[in-house]
Amino acid sequence: MAVTHANSPGHSAIVRYTHWINALSFFALLISGIAVLLAHPRLYWGETGAVGMSSLLDLPLPFLLTGQSGWGRSLHFLSAWICVLNGLAYVGRVRAGALAGYAFVQRLSYAVVVFLLLPLMIWTGFAMSPAITSVCPVIVTSLGGQQSARTIHFFVAAALVVFLFGHVVMVWITGFRVNMRGMITGAGGDLRSIAE
Amino acid sequence: MNSRRKLITSGLAAAAGASGLAVAARLADRYGLIPPDGGGIYGAGATLTYAAQRLLTSRRSMAREFDRSRISNVFPVKGDPPENDAYQRLLAGNFTGWHLTVDGMVAHPLHLSLDELKRLPATSQITHQACEEGWSAIAEWTGVRLSWILNLAGVAPGARYVVFFPFDVNWDSLDMDDAWHPQTLLAWGMNGRDLPAPHGAPVRLRVPRQLGYKSVKFLSRITVTDSLKNIGKGLGSISPEIGYSWYAGI
Repeated sequence: MAVTHANSPGHSAIVRYTHWINALSFFALLISGIAVLLAHPRLYWGETGAVGMSSLLDLPLPFLLTGQSGWGRSLHFLSAWICVLNGLAYVGRVRAGALAGYAFVQRLSYAVVVFLLLPLMIWTGFAMSPAITSVCPVIVTSLGGQQSARTIHFFVAAALVVFLFGHVVMVWITGFRVNMRGMITGAGGDLRSIAE
Repeated sequence: MNSRRKLITSGLAAAAGASGLAVAARLADRYGLIPPDGGGIYGAGATLTYAAQRLLTSRRSMAREFDRSRISNVFPVKGDPPENDAYQRLLAGNFTGWHLTVDGMVAHPLHLSLDELKRLPATSQITHQACEEGWSAIAEWTGVRLSWILNLAGVAPGARYVVFFPFDVNWDSLDMDDAWHPQTLLAWGMNGRDLPAPHGAPVRLRVPRQLGYKSVKFLSRITVTDSLKNIGKGLGSISPEIGYSWYAGI
């Protein structure tokens, strides 16, 4: 891995706004998702699952917020709406080829997030809704059941956290100050780019 | 000059946006797209979800029903049966003195004993119940459709909600879409037996298109109304008072 220098072209206003709204809503989704999980930190496969039934994975977490996760649920759904509407605004305004100039691995990981992980989060989220699945049952039956959807929702969320970690590490390596300035003010700058 | 024009333009845009929102709110309210707990920051999310799902679902969209072989061996319960004397006396007497009162905006208020309720046309459903905590189970529920009771009582035009009062504090309400929905039951049986006390004896509500906490247990009275403002804190249910949304189709 050789470190060279490249000039960042800076980011347009729509990219900057949607980036920070996305960052905030993702953080809120993560915190509230953990709160909801702490009401019943146990994962199952199939349609049903409860204490007394066989589980897929007992997370080493306490049943801490049982009956007290209401705020977590409200925050989760509010930030999910913001995240999705913000994502639509981003997709609607940013031209194809926005990732041209990025390294292949980087493009691949962004494509996996945008076209696989985020749609899976929405899909598995919908699959847990008894009202939405009453309109379109295949949303949940195709996943093997409501508890399977919940379990997949958890693992995809974990994958997104791993991606976020990688994203922040990359921002750090290529120059934290220049990257932050670029994403806040839109100014371009001298980036350390990592050649493969 | 340029900045003044910009200020005027953005001022006009803000005014147009605000009045647009006001019109949208008025329309949404008229078409029943705003939940009773639609205020506050979280209320925005609750309103978007409720409005979207009301536009998406119809009275013909059915919660999934299952084969008898899928009935869960384990069905957890949350909380204990009401400890107050009124309920405990009825429980000890096998609910012989129990009556379901139906009042409010109805032509013929009802006062039905358990036997009378059981003599009404019964229906069974094997449905999935998801708790907001994360667990879920499948059971067979037997009872009379709420719509049958509403027809019997004769709902007055202008009614918007049906409110359910149990023997404990966990009162709740449904909009007319869920109230008239054919899967919404007043269930007196579970898995082929009388409803056990921890599951809500003698009669509980079943609303399979929403999370379990909407399926009010230990029913005592049903009121048809056009406004929830003067019931409890006016939020449509006890749930918003402890942080959970009134609408739970999620």
